[in-house]
Order: sequence, then C-alpha cells, then structure tokens
Amino acid sequence: MLVYALRRLLLAVPTLLFISLVIFLLLEASPGDPLGDIPLTIPAEVKEKMREALGLGQAWYIRYLLWLKQFFWVEPLHWVDHVFGTGFSEGMQRIISFQTRSPAFDVIAQRLPQTLTVVGLSYLIGLLIALPIGIISAYRQYSWFDQIGTFVSMVGFSLPTFFTGVVLIIVFGIKLQWFPSIYDTTHRVTDWGSFVVQVRQMAMPVTVLSLFNAAQISRFMRASMLDNLRQDYVRTARAKGLGERVVVLKHVLRNSLIPVVTVIALGLPAVFGGAIITEQVFKVNGLGQLLILAINSNDIPMVMTLTFIFAILIVAFTLVADLLYGVLDPRIRYE
Amino acid sequence: MRLKTLMLGAVATAAMAPAAFAERGTDGQVNIIYWQAPSTLNPYLSSGTKDLEASSLVIEPLAGFDEKGVVYPRLAAEIPSTANGGISEDLKTVTWKLKPDLKWSDGSPVTSADVKFTADYCMHPEGGCAQLARYEGIESIETPDDLTVVIHFDEPRPNPFTAFSGSQSPILQKAQFEKCAGTGASACTAENFGPIGTGPFRVVEFRTNDAVTLEANPNYRDPAKPAFAKAVIKGGGDAAAAARSVLETGEFDYAWNTLVPPDTLKGMAAAGKGKIVTGFGTLVERMEMNMTDPSPDLPEGERATTKHPHPILSDERVRRALSMAIDRTLLTEIGFGEAGRPTCNLVPAPEIFASDNTGCLTQDVDGAKALLDEAGWTVGGDGIREKDGKKLHLLYQTSVNPIRQDFQALIKQWWQDIGVSTELKTVDASVFFGGDAGSPDTFQRFYADVEMYANNFDGTDPEPYLAHYTCEKVPSPESQWQGENVNRYCDPEYDKLIVELGKTAKIEERATIARKLNDMITKDSMTIVPLVDRGRVSAHANSLGGVVLNTWDSELWNVADWYRVK
Repeated sequence: MLVYALRRLLLAVPTLLFISLVIFLLLEASPGDPLGDIPLTIPAEVKEKMREALGLGQAWYIRYLLWLKQFFWVEPLHWVDHVFGTGFSEGMQRIISFQTRSPAFDVIAQRLPQTLTVVGLSYLIGLLIALPIGIISAYRQYSWFDQIGTFVSMVGFSLPTFFTGVVLIIVFGIKLQWFPSIYDTTHRVTDWGSFVVQVRQMAMPVTVLSLFNAAQISRFMRASMLDNLRQDYVRTARAKGLGERVVVLKHVLRNSLIPVVTVIALGLPAVFGGAIITEQVFKVNGLGQLLILAINSNDIPMVMTLTFIFAILIVAFTLVADLLYGVLDPRIRYE
Repeated sequence: MRLKTLMLGAVATAAMAPAAFAERGTDGQVNIIYWQAPSTLNPYLSSGTKDLEASSLVIEPLAGFDEKGVVYPRLAAEIPSTANGGISEDLKTVTWKLKPDLKWSDGSPVTSADVKFTADYCMHPEGGCAQLARYEGIESIETPDDLTVVIHFDEPRPNPFTAFSGSQSPILQKAQFEKCAGTGASACTAENFGPIGTGPFRVVEFRTNDAVTLEANPNYRDPAKPAFAKAVIKGGGDAAAAARSVLETGEFDYAWNTLVPPDTLKGMAAAGKGKIVTGFGTLVERMEMNMTDPSPDLPEGERATTKHPHPILSDERVRRALSMAIDRTLLTEIGFGEAGRPTCNLVPAPEIFASDNTGCLTQDVDGAKALLDEAGWTVGGDGIREKDGKKLHLLYQTSVNPIRQDFQALIKQWWQDIGVSTELKTVDASVFFGGDAGSPDTFQRFYADVEMYANNFDGTDPEPYLAHYTCEKVPSPESQWQGENVNRYCDPEYDKLIVELGKTAKIEERATIARKLNDMITKDSMTIVPLVDRGRVSAHANSLGGVVLNTWDSELWNVADWYRVK
C-alpha cells in the first residue's frame, strides 16, 4: 500500500504542474484587466506605471515560471523561516496579490479559520444528520419517515443556497431579528456571552449549508443501504439468528459506507474552497469570498494560488478515498 | 450674596459641562459598512474609493475639501493664497505651514520632512503610485524648517490643491514608510495595512477585503474628539444588504454607496431606523458622439481615426436631434431616483463652474424630427430615415450594468420614434474601461457611433478635465489608443481657451472660461450629450449624529465630529 501511495503521489506531480499551466493560461486568455476597475480620473501614463509595478510588463511564460518558483520555493522557505526563525527567504519576493499588494498566503491563512468553522461545521452537522436519515430511510423504505426524508432532501437539493439564505435572512434576520444578518469576522470568543453571540451569527449560514450537504449525502447513504439490504449475506445473517441491530448497524452499514466514504472524502476539498455563494450572502468573508473577489478584480496571483491549492486538495483527497477503500474493504488490495 | 452667586455659577457650569466638554471616546463604537471591502489602507497603492475612504479615518492630508467643495486646512495652519503670501505671484511656488505641535498616533512629532517624504514616495519612478497625477509638475520641495514646506512647480499652477490635498494624497509618516518606497512597496504589508496617522482613529486590526477595526487616536489634535472609542468598517455583500443593515435591522450605523433601485431604498427607509443622505458631485452619465467613422469596412489603422469623419454624426443637426429626443427626467427617475438629477452640463458643479445650460431638459420629439428633416434625412418605407440611400442606423455601446441597459432600451425607443434605428451593444466593464490597446471593445477605441458611461473629475477644479477634449488627446493607433478625447473632437478655438485657462488665476475669470468650454462641447456642438448628474447616496442610522455627506472628499471626512444621538 505504501508503494502504491508513493507511486500515486509521484504521478500527481506532473498532473499538478499541468493543471497549474492550464489555470494560468485560462486566466491569461480571459478578457479583463487587473487595472480595469480604477477610476477614469487616473491618467493613462500613471496606469501604465502601476501596471509595471505589478510586474505585468513581462511575457506570460516568465510570469508563469516566476509564480512556480514563488509557490514551490519562496513560500516553503518563508514558512521554514517563520517556524525556525532562520533567514533563507530574505529579500525574496513572495506571491503578491494585485488587489491588496500583500502576500497571497497571508490572506489565505487569515481566511482559513473563518471558512473552516462555518463551512467545516456545516459539513460535519450535515453528515451527522444525513447518515441516520439515510440509514432509517433505507431500512424503512416507503414509510412516512422515508417520504419526509425524501421530500426534505429534494428541497435541500433543489433550492439553491442563494435562495434559502436570503429567505432565512428576511425571516429571521429582518422580520424576527433573532439572528444578525451580517456576520462579524472580528468577533472573538472569550466567555459564555461572546460564545452565544458566535453561535447566533453562525446559526443561519450553518443551517443553509448543512441542509444542502445533508440532502446530498443522505441520498447516497440511502441508496447504498438499499443495495446492501437485498444482498444474500444479510439474509444469511438474519437466518443464523442475529438481532436486527447487529445486522443493520454492523454488517449492512459497514459495507454500505464504502461508496459513501468516497463521496464524503471527495466533498472535503470543497470545505476548504469555502462556500462562495453562502459566504457572499451572509458576508462571512472566508476563502469563497476571497476567490470571487479575486476573480472579479482579475487578481491573477491570488486566483492562481487559490485554485491551485484546491487542485492539490482534490488530488490528495482522491488518493485518500482510494486508500480508504482498502481499509474498509479487506478484499481490495493495492499491489 | 457672593456665596449664592458662586453656587449658582457652579450649578450652571455643572449643567453646561456635558454639552461644552464632550469627551473623547465616550460614545462607544460606530459600525460602518462598505459593501466593497477595503483592500489596503495605503491610498497611494490603490485608487479604489473604498480604500481611500477607509484610510481617511487614519491618515490626513494638509488640506481637505468640505461639503461645498471649499478647501479647508487639516494639518496645515492655513490655506495658502496669493493674499497671505502662501502662493507666489508667478503661481509657481506654494508655501504650506503645518499646525504647531501636531503628533502622529505613536506620539512622535509631525514635521515638514514627513510631507516631503510623502511626495518623494509617490513620485518614485518604480513605485507605481496610483495618485501620481496629483504630484505632477512638482519640480522640487524644500523644507526650510520643521513646519514649513515649499513646493516649486515647473509652470504656473492656478490651482495647486492637488498635492497633499484631499483623501487621495494624505501625509505618510517618514519613519514608518522610509523603506517602502519604490519596489519595496509590496514587501511593506504591515505598513500598508496599518499606517501611522494623524487622523481621529488608529488601526487596531486590518483584515484585507474583510473588516477594519479602529480605536480613537490618543494623540488626535482635538482632545475632545472623536466621540467614539471604537470604529469598525465591515466589508462584503452588496449594496442592498448594506442599506438593509442600516435602515431595517439597525445592525450598522452608516452604509456607504447604497446604490439600489430607488423604490427598494424607499421601502427600506420606511422602517424608520435610518435616513438616506444624498449629495451631488461631478459624476455625469453621458452619451458620447463619435466624430470619426467606426465602420468595419475601413482598414484597421484608419477605422475610427480622424482620417475619416463620421458619415452621419458629423452633422451637428443629427447630434442635436438625438439629444432632443431623450427625456432625461424619466431616465433619472428610473435609474437613480433621488440620487440623480437631469443635466445638460459636462461640469455640473461646483456652482461657480456650472453653466446655466438647461435647454436639453425638456424632450422635444417634434423638434428633433424637424431638425432631421432639415438635415436631409427623410423617413423611408420602414419608418427609418435615410439619405442618399444610406440608412440612419447607429451602434450604441456601453458597459454591462443593469441601469445602463435600461437606459439603452429607453433611448433606443425614443430614437425609433424619430426614425433612427439603433443597434445596442454591451461590453463587460473590465474590458470597456480596461484600456487594453489590443482590445477592439474599449471606450477609447470607440468602434461604435455613440457610447455611454459616467466620468467625473477629482477635486473642485475642472481644468484638467476640460483639457481632455483638446486635439492632441485624440486616441489613435499611433498613441496605442490612449487619450481622453474619445469623441475625437477637435476645435482650435477650444484648444486656445484651454491654454488661456491654464494662465488665469482669478477664480471668477477661470469660471467664465470653464463655463464657455463646457458649453462648446455640450450645447453648442452636441459632441457630448450629458444625461444624468449622478449623486452619492448613503444611509445612516437615526442614532448617528454629525453626518454631513461630502462628494468632494472622503465621505468619512468629518468622522471626528460624529456622535451618538442620545
């Protein structure tokens, strides 16, 4: 398995390099200009100088190679310096965002906790809701519980978050005023009171995202359970007199989890990607909002860095999902 | 008797105290929402309004502009003028005096060296300073003593209030920014995100594109101000959500640029938690007429250049008829509501520079038809006018923006009524305004017959703005399609007047010339057809006092005077 993992990791390197080139070329070819937004009162000569200061005067391949160097050499060196207090990266240019003129990774690091708390928590809650619903729905197929579960997940699946989010804001934020309509990223949890404030402001975005996530995963869980409940081994287990609890929760559930785990693992990179729409609706200002702002203002280094990190995460979690197969199902062996 | 007087006096003083001696930091926290989040607090690295205005709480220029557009001293002791000797007779030297005993928020003294450094910082050849235009023409800066700054210009400057004036050119602390000049700018994240300033607040935490936390500056020059101990500028979301958070939920005290459909805004204000404030500056939504032929049949390099005059729009009567067919009042009502007013002027303000040009305000469809008839354009079989076998057909372009698309549809209809067929085109704003010489869709390249956008000028003096329309500023392939005279308007008389304006110092005479120039390109020649004078619209909570909307400087210009209404 170790050899297999290493081989996959090595294979991932050219894949990732290719992805980075494709992203860069796409950004390069897309219309728009990092200085397109500046007011018309700024004269053209000044604009030209600003463009040069951003390094846009150079050919695209030079900028691409520079970005590669910054991403794979300067940034890791900087982290080493940061941890060990050394000075290897002194005087080296880090990846600088056009919008803020600050290192892209610093902004990402600043945003990550925000996104992980809100989006990560909603993924977790979504999972905790989805798995039992999926199990019970399958075990009692076509019961009223299953019907309601199906209805709720259809609703969650088909209503986009920009709709449910705005509805929640109008009902609970404006009419009832139970929850704040604007998320405060500067809020610090220090005591019970501030913890309650944090819970209140997280309530709406987490609900919206959990509903969405739960809808998806519960359908997978239900389908997978149904497949397994009809297998011969289930009948055998029942025939030899095992209790229903053991049959369902030990035998059927464990086998049904295999495809679901893949879905869950492949959904994890999206947690880091942030929820672009929900973050905008609730002003959570995490990684999703960072990406969309960067795209809107043609901040190439920032878009490039973020999308490439997502690419790495997707490749990594695909590998994790493949390896988990082996752990969950002893029949699968990687040689 | 004496005792009684004394006691009465004491009682009176005690009663007066709260009003007379408002104290710094007694009113808690003020919450401001900018739906476009500030990206940096160094206005020299960014030209975004959001960044300029956020930084104006922290760093200040020598002089600012008040809500009437009048220049007033901030860090300067007084405004230099020819009368007080601050501006030399030949208009080439300006002497500023700093207020004595000014302190940075870190406690160190503000000196003339900081002022000189700020100019050097922006004028550094590799810095890519966004506000470079404000320092244009500065030959040298001298600092004879700690409080005096002498600026030498290379030619007479009738209006010297560009450098160190307004939120675009605040003073930076030399000690903090010394190593950040030129290419060092990008390595100075801590400095750019947390400038040390003289303003009413200082930065506690800056989260880029998200939120800024500020606290009252302990060294602010007025010991009684600001009334708020803390200020938070939150960013993100959209204009409607920002307006809602002030007007409906009351979560925020002040929302910037709440440009949402007029009836939506009214509905929100009905909740009674806040007020909408509007102010008018110089931003004019206008229609530009192309004086050259943008026909795709012409070879590249000659298309839309002065070699080929426009086959239809070269006739002034056609341009005038197109303008007469438009109902500007209706456009304003639909697009901007209270935040707009119809205008016929390119320079709608300040008052002294605004021409009394109102002829275009009433729609005159019959007049427009008559004018076209007179110009020889007769109505053809399909209701579209033609002349010498050529149809009166125009390509009308603008940037992608819901209000502009509404305008396009309305105007197309009005032109249809007078027998002009119109093809509409929309271009993504970042391309339209992007200035890419290789793109055929930029507004400078103007591969269309008419185009619509908005523009304004910085500060209160329209001279550089009016100078956009001289013959030498015509964009062409030779100039990489750069140049502000997008209409390709060229009138030697106009150029002569611009030169004269550059030599005139007296404000009344300047105003007369500026009004004449404005009339030449608007009502006399119909080269530029102004539509709407667009104001700024913001919202503040009823509990926030002291708000005065200013369109000539940062909207947050007087935040030191804001207070909590009790």
